[in-house]
Amino acid sequence: MAEPLHNTPKDKAERVISRGYAYLVLAFLVAPLLVIVPLSFNAEPYFTFTTKMLTLDPDGFSFRWYRDIVENPQWLEAIGNSLVIALASTFLATVLGTLAAVGLARSNMPFRDFFMALLISPLVVPIVIAAAGMYFFYSSVGLAQSHLGIILAHTTLGVPFVVITMTATLSGFDRNLIKAAGSLGADPITAFFRVTLPLVAPGMISGALFAFAASFDEVVTVLFLGGPEQRTIPRQMWSGIREQISPTILAVATLLIIFSSLLLLAVEMLRRWHAPHAQLPKR
Amino acid sequence: MTTETTSLAEQFKRSGKNARRGTFLLVLPLLAFLTITFFLPIFNMLNRSIEDATIADNLPRSADALRSWNGKGRPPFSAIAALADDLARAHREGTIGRIATRLNFERPGMRSLLMKTARVASTFEPPYAQAFNAVDLQWSDPEVWGALRHASASYTSGYYIAAFDETRKADGTRVPRAEEEQVYVMLFQRTLWVAFLVTALCFVLGYPLAYFISQQDEKTRHLLLILVLLPFWTSLLVRTTSWIALLQTNGILNDGLAFFGGDGARLDLMHNMNGTLIAMTHILLPFMILPTYSVMLSVPPALTRAAVSLGATPWTAFWRVYFPMTLPGAAAGGLLVFILALGYYITPTLVGGRSGQLISNMIQFHMQTSLNWGLAAALGGILLAIVTVLYIVYARVIGLNRLRLG
Repeated sequence: MAEPLHNTPKDKAERVISRGYAYLVLAFLVAPLLVIVPLSFNAEPYFTFTTKMLTLDPDGFSFRWYRDIVENPQWLEAIGNSLVIALASTFLATVLGTLAAVGLARSNMPFRDFFMALLISPLVVPIVIAAAGMYFFYSSVGLAQSHLGIILAHTTLGVPFVVITMTATLSGFDRNLIKAAGSLGADPITAFFRVTLPLVAPGMISGALFAFAASFDEVVTVLFLGGPEQRTIPRQMWSGIREQISPTILAVATLLIIFSSLLLLAVEMLRRWHAPHAQLPKR
Repeated sequence: MTTETTSLAEQFKRSGKNARRGTFLLVLPLLAFLTITFFLPIFNMLNRSIEDATIADNLPRSADALRSWNGKGRPPFSAIAALADDLARAHREGTIGRIATRLNFERPGMRSLLMKTARVASTFEPPYAQAFNAVDLQWSDPEVWGALRHASASYTSGYYIAAFDETRKADGTRVPRAEEEQVYVMLFQRTLWVAFLVTALCFVLGYPLAYFISQQDEKTRHLLLILVLLPFWTSLLVRTTSWIALLQTNGILNDGLAFFGGDGARLDLMHNMNGTLIAMTHILLPFMILPTYSVMLSVPPALTRAAVSLGATPWTAFWRVYFPMTLPGAAAGGLLVFILALGYYITPTLVGGRSGQLISNMIQFHMQTSLNWGLAAALGGILLAIVTVLYIVYARVIGLNRLRLG
C-alpha cells in the first residue's frame, strides 16, 4: 500500500479512533452471539454467569442443558419437523425460483422489473400480514395445522432468496458459451449439464442455503398456521422464551450458531468457487 | 419481392413473440404459485377491512329497513319491529353470538346489550320501541341504532375509520374516539419513529465499519466480512435470546453494572423501547453494511488521493468526494432497513414489553385475541400501503438488482 499522504500525529490519532470504533461495532455484532456459548454450559438454571463460572470452577459448568435436548421428546420432534419442513420448502423454492430466474435473466422477458418486484415481494411484506392472509387461505382449503401448509408458506418466503441469488449469478453468465458448446458438437442437454449447470450451480446452492436458513428460522407463519403437530425449533424456542424460560434454549441457540456458521462458510466457499468463472471474458 | 420481405419481417416478429412467450413460461410457475399462496390470500385478508355482510346476512329485514334511515332523529318503526323479529330468530338459530360480536366492533357495549335483548325478543309485542326500552334504556339512544345502521351495509369504511382512532355518529359524521381509546395512530407514529431511529443507528454504526473494512487488504476484508455475515445468518430467535440474556434486569450487562455500582446501577434495558431499539439495530445492521461496503469497494482510491493532491484536506476530500459517491450504497441499505423495520414483529414481542410494541403486534392481537379481523385487516392495509410505496421507491430509484445477500 502507498504511504499515506498525511501522517501527522492528528491523522494517526484519527486512524486509531476509527479503528477502535470499527472494532466496537464489530463487537456489538458478534459479542451477543459469543456470550451465549459459555452460558449454555451453566450448571445452574440461570440466564447469567454464576460466581462459579466466573472463577472458572469446573463445578459451575455442565452439559445438563444439552442432555435436556436429547432427552426431551418435544425438542427431538421439533428438530425433525424443522428439518422436514425446511428441506421440502427449500426444494420447492429452488426449483420454482431457479426457473423464474432463468426467465428473468433473459433480455426478452416482458415487464421484467415488474415481475421481479412481484417475485421478491415476500421478502418485504410485513410477516404478520402475510401470515394473517395465509391463515384464512389455508384454513379455507383445509391446510391449516398441516405440514404441507407450513411447507408451502415457507416456500413462499424462501423464493425471493433463490430469485435474488440466481438472477445475480445469471446476469454474469455468458450465453455465447452455450453456443460455443453447440458449435463444438454438444447437444443442448450435454451443453446444459457440462456448461450451464457447473457455472450456475454455486449460485443455485447459495440460494438454496438461504432458503433453507429462512425456513429453519421462521416462526410467525408457524404460530399462525401450525398446530401442536407442527412445532418446529423456532416455535419451541418461542414458547421457551415466553413461557418457561430455561437454559435449554441457550444450548439450542449454541447449536444453531454452530449450524449457521457452517452454512455461512459453505456459502462463502461457493462464492470463491464461483469467482474464477465470473472472470470469464464478457461479450 | 415485397411480399417476401414482409413475410420475413413477420416471421421474425413471430419468432420473437414465441421466444418472449417461452421466456414468460419460465416465470409462470412461480408467479402462479405466489398468486395462490401469497397475493390472493393477502388480497382476501385485506378485503375483510371493507367487506362485512354479517349483519346484512343475519339480520336481513332490519338491515334493509335501517339502510333507508338517514341516521337523524329516531329510527323508523318498521326497523324497530323488524329487529324484534330478526333478533328472536337469530336467538333461535344460534347466530346471535356472531351478530353481537360484530356490533361490538362498531360500538363497545353492544355485545351484552344484543345478547340480553335477543334472549327475550320472542316475547316482544307492539309498541316495540317500549318493549326494547323495557329491556335496556340504551335502546332509546339513537347512537345504538346508528351503530346498527352502519353495520347493516355489506361494505363498510368503519374499520378504516377505527384505524384512524375515529368513530361515526348515527348520521355518519366522524368524531375522534375517547382519548384513552386512541391507540392506532400513536402506534403507527411509533412504528415509523422506531424504523427511522433504527435506520439512523444502523447508519451511524454501519457506515464507519463498512468504510473501515473496505480500506483493509483483501484477506482482512474477507475475515471481517464473515464477522458481519455471521449474525446475518444466525437465527433471529437466537439473537433475540442472546439480547434477553444480556439486557434483562438480572442479565449479564446489569450484573456487570451492579458489580461496580450496586443494585441501584441496574438499568431498564429490556421490556421497553430500549430493548426493541437495541435488538432491532443489531439484527438489521448487516443489511446496512453490505450494500454500503460493496459500493465503497467500487470507488477508486485514486479519486480521494487526487483531491488531496489538489490541496483538499483529507476531511474535505472525504466529505466532498468520497461520501457523495458512497451515498447510493448507504441509501440502498437505509431504505431496506427502514422497510424491514416497519414490519418487525418477533423482536418487539419478545423484548419490547408494553412500551416497545409496534403496529404488527396490534395486528396480531386483533387477528388472534380480539378476533376483530376487519380492524386487523384495516391496520394491515395501511401498513402494507406504506411498505408498498417505499418498495416501489426502492425498485425505481435504487433498483432491485442492488438487493444482494452477502
